[in-house]
Amino acid sequence: MVSAEKSSGLEMIRVRGLTKTYHAGDVDVHALRGVDLDVARGEFLAIIGPSGSGKSTLFNILGGLTPPTDGQVWIDGVDLRGLSESQRTEMRQRKIGFVFQKYNLLPTLTARDNIALAQNLSHRNAPPPGFDEILQMLGIKDRLGRRPRALSGGEQQRVAIARALVTQPAILLADEPTGNLDTENSVAVLNILRDLNMRNRQTILMITHNPEAAAYADRIVAIRDGEMHDA
Amino acid sequence: MINKLVLENLKARWVRTFLSALVVGVQVMSILTLIGLSDGLLEQSANRAKGSGADIFLKPGAQNTFSLSSGQVLQKFVPLVAKQPHVAAAVPVLIVPVQVVTSMNGVDLTELERVTGRIRFLEGGPPKGLDDLLVDEYYAKQNKVRVGRTVRMLNHDWRVCGVIPAGLLGRFIVPLQRLQQLTGNAEPARISQILIKLDDPALVNQEVEYLNQLLKGNLQAISMSAFVSQFSMNSIPELKAFVGVITVISVVVGFLVVFLSMYTAVVERTREIGILKALGAKPLTILDILVREAIILAILGWIIGLGLSFAAKTIVMTFLPASLPVVTVPDWWPIAAAIAIVGALLGAVYPGLKAARQDAIEALAYE
Repeated sequence: MVSAEKSSGLEMIRVRGLTKTYHAGDVDVHALRGVDLDVARGEFLAIIGPSGSGKSTLFNILGGLTPPTDGQVWIDGVDLRGLSESQRTEMRQRKIGFVFQKYNLLPTLTARDNIALAQNLSHRNAPPPGFDEILQMLGIKDRLGRRPRALSGGEQQRVAIARALVTQPAILLADEPTGNLDTENSVAVLNILRDLNMRNRQTILMITHNPEAAAYADRIVAIRDGEMHDA
Repeated sequence: MINKLVLENLKARWVRTFLSALVVGVQVMSILTLIGLSDGLLEQSANRAKGSGADIFLKPGAQNTFSLSSGQVLQKFVPLVAKQPHVAAAVPVLIVPVQVVTSMNGVDLTELERVTGRIRFLEGGPPKGLDDLLVDEYYAKQNKVRVGRTVRMLNHDWRVCGVIPAGLLGRFIVPLQRLQQLTGNAEPARISQILIKLDDPALVNQEVEYLNQLLKGNLQAISMSAFVSQFSMNSIPELKAFVGVITVISVVVGFLVVFLSMYTAVVERTREIGILKALGAKPLTILDILVREAIILAILGWIIGLGLSFAAKTIVMTFLPASLPVVTVPDWWPIAAAIAIVGALLGAVYPGLKAARQDAIEALAYE
């Protein structure tokens, strides 16, 4: 059931009674079963859970990639309920930055062009102020002319983070951002996320199954069988 | 940035890009070469008509300009026409097709010279016997024919007596009497048309009117300029239909090539489409990317096609100048480009819509 609750506007993310059911043939798969969640502005939250727990489904709904079956989601005060696909796309352009486990850079473009494309798709003419410092912090300024195949996994993930930040998103959604990285690069990427959160007050929601990665966040919540639990 | 993405996508898969553009190019070349051939044949016919030097043509009444291939005119009209005021010469000509696009002209050469003026021979001289044959320079070059050689046409052996410059009446000229005998046009003597030379070319329109009144529809008089103006594609419904069919085939070929190329590209790039969607690309943006790729393929194909059409023309005019006269028709370049682009756009529609409708999550999960 959908409650008549409203976002207070103080949270960057507010989720109430969120459910998602997939239909696999005659079988209904309940990926999320009434999830409630609040993420404050400037918070770094980790959602931890095993495979099949529903964390990726939650990631996709919060990112506006798929609509929920029931429940309400507010992103930066905007109620996602009832948004058309086109409106969800616009919401993604303006408010969400994605970092994926597999980096998902476009292979035919250089790192610089991958970043510029995200900027272009969000209708921005130039990178936001201070973006140069972010590139400096990510340590990829001298790698921008290279295509993804000429970059290491860690470098690709840092380019992906830069691409996510060029649109000045309200929320950075990271799905297993260290899942494909070795320990050294994992630590580097997690430190970058923490620095971004601390220096820029960037709201970050990170999905992971790795407790060590989750430990970099301000707060950890667990998801199991489509339900939220305190970690 | 979108343009850069499009170009980089095409560059990254350059073999497929090149092959797709090449096939579109072959299609463009086919159109331009066929149009060049049609125009070449028409231009050649018009030049031959002009080369005859006649002021007026008399041909069977209500007959199409391009149906002069048999004897439908009784030769007895010739003396009647010849004695009319201002008619300096009236020369009967029988035209018989001997090859797919080539005809043999039966005419008395002495009579013909009264219309054309003195005929220049590149080799040999005028016919001395009824089985002598004059060929034009293109036929002689293409078939390496020299004076004295025997050529078999219409189940008859002809002796080549001379080579004349191209553009004079026809590719082959033989004595009228022998051609009438060989084609069943001797009894009663029949011809295809009468060439008329006036004593004053300024009187052409007046004489055309006069002759049409005189001949009461049995024969139709037509001035040289009116006759030559009929040598255009618009005057030949069959040729227009043929060009229409070729155009449709070309659009279909372009559609299939680009469809296949774009469909493969969409399947290959499912994950990339998911990334674009996650970054905020709307379905129209995805469609736009594929449409731009298709247009670039069409433009590349068009450029390749132009180059190939010049190559084809050079090859044809080197080896088959007599059989297939091909000319360059720049008026058709933009039309060929439009045909290529229409085919490509049609080919891009379904793959583009498929990509635009792609579910972002499924696309991102695609391996």
